[in-house]
Amino acid sequence: MNHGPCLRTFLAAMLAIALLVPLLARAVDVLPFKDHAEEQRFQNLTKQLRCLVCQNESLADSSADLAKDLREEVFEQMRQGKSDEEIKHYLTARYSDFVLYNPPLRGGTALLWFGPLLALLLGAGIVYRIVRRRAKAAPTPSPATSSEEDW
Amino acid sequence: MNTRFLPLIGFALVAALLVFGINYMRNNSMNEVPSPLIGKPAPAFDLPFLNDPGKRLKNADLAGKPYLLNVFASWCFACRDEHPVLMNEGRALGIPIIGFNYKDDAADASRWLQQFGDPYSIVIADRDGRIAIDFGVYGAPESFLVDAKGIIRYKRIGAITPEIIAFELKPRLAAMQGERQ
Repeated sequence: MNHGPCLRTFLAAMLAIALLVPLLARAVDVLPFKDHAEEQRFQNLTKQLRCLVCQNESLADSSADLAKDLREEVFEQMRQGKSDEEIKHYLTARYSDFVLYNPPLRGGTALLWFGPLLALLLGAGIVYRIVRRRAKAAPTPSPATSSEEDW
Repeated sequence: MNTRFLPLIGFALVAALLVFGINYMRNNSMNEVPSPLIGKPAPAFDLPFLNDPGKRLKNADLAGKPYLLNVFASWCFACRDEHPVLMNEGRALGIPIIGFNYKDDAADASRWLQQFGDPYSIVIADRDGRIAIDFGVYGAPESFLVDAKGIIRYKRIGAITPEIIAFELKPRLAAMQGERQ
């Protein structure tokens, strides 16, 4: 039987493809990063920014034409020595807070930030009340009443 | 025991939220990014004419009168739907319509205008789209109504329709006329 090595080669090839696909999926443009740190900063920054054209993609991942232009713009501004905050401000001044995946906390976005917590507290309150009421109504639950209440 | 109805009430609430969400999505396009530029001066530009790159147009050239800046491109499908509206009703607005040719090949754009007609007073070309970024353009067509002081008063994302002209542009133009007198 000599399909052992053959299978092994096949599996190795599959593994290689599986490992390579994520690399291919990233939008690649050739930006002349001077070192790894700069590239890391660029990737980190563009991941926090939303592509305006396809809004479920980050600027880092999108292959839209505008995303490419904006990546170049971000890169250029990094080269000019601008901070991440300055670059974000440049973009929000033109495209509003929509470009940020993490919108800033202010009046209009308070519900966005605290809404989930509010819903959680509300739910906890309701559960607490139900549990309290049941504990009071049936301190020693008999099988008959509990099955009746079991919805 | 009225806790028996709690699941029903819960379900009704969730269902109401769903209906609200569907309706909201239908009436408000989630793709529309609100422009932070409304009420602010139009970004500075200095761009060459499409058909005569030797000539240039900048903000100051347009100061003192309102204008409509219409972002279009020959590669843009929705611009084809919009185009006849500008051809038919553009002139009736009574203000110059500036064509803003966005990331386009000059020859393609000229051919496009020859084929479908040219509703513009002037067409300027932003070949690399840098000025468009300053305007917060993220697609075509988009249009900006700029007043006599150079302030952006309204932005339309997507094609201009007869409804947009009647209910958005004309009332604003009338209001702007009133301000000047």
